[in-house]
Amino acid sequence: MIEFLENITPSTTMALVIHAMIPLGLILVYALFAIWMERKVAAHVQDRLGPMRVGWHGWAQTIADMLKLLQKEDIIPTDASRFLFRFAPFLIFVASYAAFAVIPFSSGYIGSSINIGVFYLLAITSLLTLSVIMAAWASNNKWSLLGGMRSAAQMVSYEVPTIMSVLSVIVVAGSLNLMTVTEMQSGNEILGFLPNWLIFQNPFLLVAFVIFFVSILAESHRVPFDLPESESELVAGYQTEYSGMRWGIFMLAEYADMLLLSLLGVVLFFGGWNSPFGTFMDGPVWGFFWFMLKGMLLVFVMMWIRWTLPRYRVDQLMRICWNILIPASFVNFVLIALWEMIF
Amino acid sequence: MELTAILFYLFSILTVGAAAVMVFSRNIVHSAFALMFALVGVASLYVLLYADFLAATQLLVYVGGILILILFGVMLTTQGHNLNFKSVSVNLIPASILSVTAAGLLIFAFTTTAWAFIEPVERSETVYELGMLLMGDYILPFIIVGVLLLIAIIGAILMSTRLATTSDTTSSDLTE
Repeated sequence: MIEFLENITPSTTMALVIHAMIPLGLILVYALFAIWMERKVAAHVQDRLGPMRVGWHGWAQTIADMLKLLQKEDIIPTDASRFLFRFAPFLIFVASYAAFAVIPFSSGYIGSSINIGVFYLLAITSLLTLSVIMAAWASNNKWSLLGGMRSAAQMVSYEVPTIMSVLSVIVVAGSLNLMTVTEMQSGNEILGFLPNWLIFQNPFLLVAFVIFFVSILAESHRVPFDLPESESELVAGYQTEYSGMRWGIFMLAEYADMLLLSLLGVVLFFGGWNSPFGTFMDGPVWGFFWFMLKGMLLVFVMMWIRWTLPRYRVDQLMRICWNILIPASFVNFVLIALWEMIF
Repeated sequence: MELTAILFYLFSILTVGAAAVMVFSRNIVHSAFALMFALVGVASLYVLLYADFLAATQLLVYVGGILILILFGVMLTTQGHNLNFKSVSVNLIPASILSVTAAGLLIFAFTTTAWAFIEPVERSETVYELGMLLMGDYILPFIIVGVLLLIAIIGAILMSTRLATTSDTTSSDLTE
């Protein structure tokens, strides 16, 4: 990809900038689609129709909403810490966007094929919590602060099962580079027809995926773990004081985070850009199609859960993490290592 | 100017500027956030030195640490801006003598050392070599550090549960 860009653009710097901007365009289009999809999923779960007026089945509703958000007044509370208040939405988006650099979108495109891929991703997403705390503290509002504190407690706790389940995949795959992890999952050899995806390779990886999925629900603040922004208790949590486009950037970052964690799950468990039918519909462009399809399926499951389940209390949230997920992930890790040693 | 050079100066300015804000800010939470920016800047400088594993570790360990620091800062200043937690300067003269001496030594070391420049041909597999070294030559220190951290965690859990159980017994004593 980068060689191709260097050939069609006048300078290397320009090629690098375009190379780095490709996921941004993808995220913007995805966010417009995902917000519309969320409203449609919510509506159909509740036996309604959802947005129907703007375009076919309301497909352009998000574009209209975005134009409205752009025109809104940007209100900053008098007692807010002005610089941090303005800066926090950008930092949260930078944190989730920077993590896209190591995601292999297809066999032809990965932002940076570094050897520490997953490790870098987990490290850079720790900036997300900090930016939530930054927004919460800078708003100088009790609801914001409570939301921010809850978010910090939640992220610090759920980081442990996430890292343990990612680590169990890395033990099987033997590489931190997500491109290598994807490449070793190509082919259809399990039981004669199943693709060589890691989730089919080892029975304990199925357990690891369940732990991983529950943890990413908590890390991206989705129901049933959306306590940092639970609207019945905290108004809107850390976003309470935000308005206009700054609030819009929070929304964008939240959806980008959902996509990022879903795509990470796809790479680690569902074969990344590999086609489920072996060499049928293969190649870089089809690879991108399969990758996004699998990612959007996981995003859809997240939305489905959001509109089906009620919210947990704070103590239940912590008990699920420390009493169930963390012991289970450690035991599962040892079992996976044993399975890899024996077979 | 080369792209790498521009990035180097950008991140250097970020690091030094954030460090200055951290030292001179009167607000403890602002200082903590400035420290975070300084550490992120240092991590970026590691990336420019091809030490990507070190950079990611820097982010994971120090940014997580800053988070805890900020939580303590927020807990101490729950009133936000209405009650400013003022940081005051004490021991001004000994501290300035010490820092001027340290700065002098650092500048002396920087100017007198014959720096060897090695241009790395390409990215090396630092993670692989690090893993081999940790599991081979440095296995004993690695295990000792692991045991030490485990003892620290068990100690922390013991201290927190002991507090909880003593409060439980006192409350049950009262009801009896």
